[in-house]
Amino acid sequence: MALVRIAALVLVAALTSTPSVAGEVHVAVAANFAAPMRSLVSEFERESGHRALVSLGATGQLAAQIRQGAPFGVLLAADATTPSKLASDGYALAATQRTYAVGRLVLWSRDAHYVDTQGDVLRRRDFRRLAIANPKLAPYGAAATQTLSALGLREKLRSKTVEGANINQAFQFVASGNAELGFVAMSQVMQEGRLQRGSAWIVPANLHEPIRQDVILLAKGQENPAAIALLRYLDSRAARDIIRRYGYELP
Amino acid sequence: MSLSADSGQAIVLTLQLAAITTLILLLLATPIAWWLARTSSRWRGVIIALITLPLVLPPTVLGFYILLSLGPDGWIGNLTQSLGIGLLSFSFTGLVIGSVIFSLPFAVYPILYAFEMLGRRPLEVAATLRANPLDAFFSVALPLAKPGLLTAAVLTFAHTVGEFGVVLMIGGDIPGETRVVATQLFGYVEAMEYEAAHRLAALMVAFSFVMLIALTRLRKRAGAALP
Repeated sequence: MALVRIAALVLVAALTSTPSVAGEVHVAVAANFAAPMRSLVSEFERESGHRALVSLGATGQLAAQIRQGAPFGVLLAADATTPSKLASDGYALAATQRTYAVGRLVLWSRDAHYVDTQGDVLRRRDFRRLAIANPKLAPYGAAATQTLSALGLREKLRSKTVEGANINQAFQFVASGNAELGFVAMSQVMQEGRLQRGSAWIVPANLHEPIRQDVILLAKGQENPAAIALLRYLDSRAARDIIRRYGYELP
Repeated sequence: MSLSADSGQAIVLTLQLAAITTLILLLLATPIAWWLARTSSRWRGVIIALITLPLVLPPTVLGFYILLSLGPDGWIGNLTQSLGIGLLSFSFTGLVIGSVIFSLPFAVYPILYAFEMLGRRPLEVAATLRANPLDAFFSVALPLAKPGLLTAAVLTFAHTVGEFGVVLMIGGDIPGETRVVATQLFGYVEAMEYEAAHRLAALMVAFSFVMLIALTRLRKRAGAALP
């Protein structure tokens, strides 16, 4: 009886799985891009019939895994330098690298009216804590310190600055009220161009280097049709619309 | 093998954190363990489960909830604010609170085990010799439970030194205040400064190894084998 049931299950699985012409690709995705990636993957799978299996992680961790033989075909990094380094070391194809999203930095507080639209709250310095992502590890952290330097406030605010290991932690520090304000990603607090909660100053893009997030085809994906199709899909108008909806810009 | 000034500062801070946490936990865990070993209350199971919870949650998740508790909407944050202390997140005191919660089971279990091994007999004998309960506790139960207390102290100390996820969440990585060895090491690895990372990691491993050897020796001398 049990045997019959197992045989039936195997049969059902065989019949319902995607046809063998469709491929499968493992995609390494920077954690800050998790939400838009979910929408992108379901669109991509519906359109192409391929399957994309997403692994989330910090860009540095994903790169270390790729160097140690992880089965990823495509990398969507949170920066532009990691893909370049992987390419120059032979783990990725340099010609396929391009920017799939540009992050925008936002000074944000969960309280309404706390952050003014010019960011003058930073000059008043009457807050306890300012949260940023670690500038050595996270591109948004580097952009935050560049902004503070451009405003001439880096040294003055040093004793009030707390660092999250990544941009998600910086966001949690502010969202939980432990820091009154912080530099976070626009994609964390805005959707469809509207602020979800609190008050924010969208940092002018000329105050810091652009936060470029690059995608690259990895050596393990160069002969995988699903990997190549995913790369092509990311360039499509439909994909670019989704990415913009989640609070990123595009070159 | 030379260490950077950053690493040195992190080491001093870590030792301070571990020492204070161990002291607080010994004072806190001993009465808890004593009560648990002797009570027949129907709350015993619930309390044991509560004490064990920090073992179950992933440290970053535990840290996340401690961060929420310390914040302006959390119960600890409410308490400290109404006492006029302000918020304790991103401070050394906040780290101590987090470490005490995080290492609580590591302190309670060995002491509880030691008290349970003791049984009721020695205390009954003490009572027949007219020792009052407090006397009996300090002059009979506590000395006999010494191996358990020792184990609790070493485990708590070592566990606090190795604490990472909780510190990462509630610390904010402030040099000299909340940047301990584990987060300093994480920073080195993430920034691919492997040379500095190797040095600090080697030191940490050597230190833990020595500590654990010392534990075995001490326990032997205290007259008990490791469980």
